[in-house]
Amino acid sequence: MTKSDTSVASAVLIMDGDAIRRALRRIAHEIVERNPDLKRVVLAGIPSRGNEIARRIADTISVIEETNIDVGTIDVAMHRDDVGTRSELPIVQASRLPLPLENRTVVIVDDVLFTGRTVRAAMDAINSFGRPARIQLAALIDRGHRELPIRADYVGKNLPTAFTEKVRVQLGDDQGSEGVWLIKEEKR
Amino acid sequence: MTRARESEPTVVSKVETRTDLRWSRKDLLGLRELSADEINFVLDTADAFKQVGTREIKKVPALRGKTLVNFFVEPSTRTKTSFELAAFRLSADVINISVTTSSLTKGETLKDTAKNLQALHADILVLRHSSAGAPQFLAERLQSSVINAGDGAHEHPTQGLLDLYTIREKKGRMDGLHVVIVGDILFSRVARSNIFALIKFGARVTLVGPSTLVPRDFERLGVTISHDIDQVLPTADVVNLLRIQHERQRKEYFPGLGEYVRLFGLTKERAKLLRPDCLIMHPGPVNRGVEIDSEVADGNQSVILDQVTNGLAVRMAVLYLCGGIAT
Repeated sequence: MTKSDTSVASAVLIMDGDAIRRALRRIAHEIVERNPDLKRVVLAGIPSRGNEIARRIADTISVIEETNIDVGTIDVAMHRDDVGTRSELPIVQASRLPLPLENRTVVIVDDVLFTGRTVRAAMDAINSFGRPARIQLAALIDRGHRELPIRADYVGKNLPTAFTEKVRVQLGDDQGSEGVWLIKEEKR
Repeated sequence: MTRARESEPTVVSKVETRTDLRWSRKDLLGLRELSADEINFVLDTADAFKQVGTREIKKVPALRGKTLVNFFVEPSTRTKTSFELAAFRLSADVINISVTTSSLTKGETLKDTAKNLQALHADILVLRHSSAGAPQFLAERLQSSVINAGDGAHEHPTQGLLDLYTIREKKGRMDGLHVVIVGDILFSRVARSNIFALIKFGARVTLVGPSTLVPRDFERLGVTISHDIDQVLPTADVVNLLRIQHERQRKEYFPGLGEYVRLFGLTKERAKLLRPDCLIMHPGPVNRGVEIDSEVADGNQSVILDQVTNGLAVRMAVLYLCGGIAT
């Protein structure tokens, strides 16, 4: 990859692979603590890294509680509120959730919580499948700057950021090593 | 926090792409000009939309606030209904204009009609027209997205896409498959769209029908031509039976229904020549007892109703992709 001529980006490592593992283990414990009836819980990842995080949390829960927990995926692209305003369309994917959702607790899982618009879209998508008893939210990183009245129930790390900064999350299925980086772009 | 680390600049995107390809067309005029990657991209998108039909609430807000005009200058029920339902499921508003209600019968030109539609801020125009090239004519002149819903004997791209989707869904691939298309190829836009697309995916295509309706010219497209259906059926992976279009037939081209059935109809007896895993397709509406016997049309090799279901998903994908990009 070549560096751009007009700007230079610096990346600060916020969490390494071990820190991510510890944060997800804590989230798994918190989910167990808050949801005595784990059979009713569905972890619904937002593609693509939310899916991987949901899978890891489910793996951890299956170890600590010796019970399997349902995992699904929830596509938000077709529920976004900005179609027609961007030059590139988000790619839509099929949602997969165990049905029916009635009397269940759906935990939306995403890597980075930012404006909250993605989560709003995810809640709309879930509601089109049925009426779960409750919806909760887990995010590896909460970077602030909410534009909607949404907050996370489970947070891996609170990360104060500037609006223009970017947060990069790399997990095992991505290329390179695992970690969370804060990326600042400076004009030269 | 651990120590800082220098890193290369990276584009941070929350949306993972399955392919690098991004859709950038405002119109869908035909499959001839699409690449195999673009077609696959539409089919992948259709996969996601197909699942919306299984939800309790079969509606997503993807095209909320957009207006779609179904402009059918030739009679059609299922294509029009399919586009209409696709638009509803994407939360678009729909106006239907058919030939009997259109000012075309009062002498207005196609271009004037279309300009009027644009003045109403129609975002997507779905056009069925008896003249080949009519959708392209409008696409070049209008800001709206133009979707070809069948133009003359030229192309019917969404039918071609739904046929491909159905084949890919049932067979898991397209390359190397032997696809037999039977019937009135000469006047068939469905056949053309299928041929253009199937060839791009490496399928082997054989056209079967009376020599008047399956001219040798088609060999230039890379297909094989046969006038003996019994010889072709045993190696087919897919048989696509085209509707005999009574309303378009001219006597000199067509042998007569009885003779057609005897020579090319997929009768119960003839269906025994097929491999058990061969798919039987038909774009509808089916003339039972002509192109296909009732028992065969309703048999377990028939995927005719899957085609209808898939058509809805494919049209949702096309409307989303063409109508969703900023113009």
